[in-house]
Amino acid sequence: MRVAIIDYGSGNLRSATKAFERAAREAGISAEIDLTDRPERVATADRVVLPGVGAYADCRRGLDAVEGMTDALREAVELGGRPFLGICVGMQLMSSRGLEKTVTDGLNWIAGDVTLMTPADPDLKIPQIGWNTLTLKREHPLFSGIPTGDGGLHAYFVHSYHLQAENPDDVVATVEYGGPMTAFVARGNKAGAQFHPEKSQSLGLALITNFLRWKP
Amino acid sequence: MTLKARVIPCLDVKDGRVVKGVSFVNLVDAGDPVESAKAYDAAGADELCFLDITASSDNRDTIFDVVARTAEHCFMPLTVGGGVRSVADIRKLLLAGADKVSINSAAVKDPDFVAEAADKFGNQCIVVSIDSKKVSGEGEADRWEIFTHGGRQATGIDAVAFAEKMVERGAGELLLTSMDRDGQKGGYDIALTRTIADRVPVPVIASGGVGNLDHLVEGIRDGHATAVLAASIFHFGTYTVGEAKRYMAEHGIAMRLD
Repeated sequence: MRVAIIDYGSGNLRSATKAFERAAREAGISAEIDLTDRPERVATADRVVLPGVGAYADCRRGLDAVEGMTDALREAVELGGRPFLGICVGMQLMSSRGLEKTVTDGLNWIAGDVTLMTPADPDLKIPQIGWNTLTLKREHPLFSGIPTGDGGLHAYFVHSYHLQAENPDDVVATVEYGGPMTAFVARGNKAGAQFHPEKSQSLGLALITNFLRWKP
Repeated sequence: MTLKARVIPCLDVKDGRVVKGVSFVNLVDAGDPVESAKAYDAAGADELCFLDITASSDNRDTIFDVVARTAEHCFMPLTVGGGVRSVADIRKLLLAGADKVSINSAAVKDPDFVAEAADKFGNQCIVVSIDSKKVSGEGEADRWEIFTHGGRQATGIDAVAFAEKMVERGAGELLLTSMDRDGQKGGYDIALTRTIADRVPVPVIASGGVGNLDHLVEGIRDGHATAVLAASIFHFGTYTVGEAKRYMAEHGIAMRLD
């Protein structure tokens, strides 16, 4: 199995690559983790990961700047039905639109806009930086065996914006930050984490392992 | 349930090796940063901070190797600062495996650099590190001034006004170090931390002066910081990160203990 992690100049690519390698190794899964900026490698990958750090518009621009990359993504994920995981802004790009700084079109896989979080408690800081627990809204194979809820494992967040999904079924998990904010979305073979699995220690490694085994 | 307070061990790194200064002098070489990072990762540190204090430009690239090797072994958030002066420096650190970079002197010299960096990499990735000393006298209203060059050079810039300006330019987080407290083990400058934390919408990390675990509690509870940074109490084994987090939890602070 070959897992393509898309290199489009955004994101903590080394951390993501190393985390996927470690998860595969510890679970005894034979997987080549292929950090690549070549569309043909993405189009033919068995699984695709889109990381992303920074502003929505910058990330979209970066992705579009790699000629053929969005087409390759659509080929692998929309036509090929291969499992996809977006991370942080990579997850946000699954939305219809991002409203950070300017209005930017997303990949339109999860209907909804990415908007600035407005916590009900004015003392809460933006960005949300740090560890928080998750509230599971529905069962999903990527959360198999992962304790969630108040006494559950923590995920590491660094974000000011979140994806407000139009269809509540698309939201798999929320995070409480002065109200429920979107933490994890999924539809069909496409999943996305607002938090950083590659930085979230035991929760993150378990989720990555589940992704490597996922048969949507 | 709720966002947890963070405990952040900081490693001062010079020429690729760990050092810790007492008030930024009398450096003691105490090991390999990657080994320390692995130990802190295993101990449950919520984040790790590397501060590169390499003076010689010949050895400036050593930090990239340290960051890259750390990222291979540790799956914890990593902030790297020291000598960050250009967008190219930031990109190199992020590609090596850093999650956030902290900007210090370059922000004082050119506040627009912070705006440029935040535009390029997102506010969440840009920490502005503010070193200040209390300059008000007995009986005067509290006033703190920014110092650069390891605390040796006064700038005349008011720390609170500077903090607000940095947030306007796009800093996603502030790392506040009290240079008169640093290495003294008497606790954070709580008035400084609280004054700025209450004034800005972004998270504040308290730094400088931790001598015991009560100081960490005070940083969050009284200083209104969302994270506490410490170096020597962890590095010299006075307390473990786990002890610190359990102690803070026992004192009513929401902590991640998994």
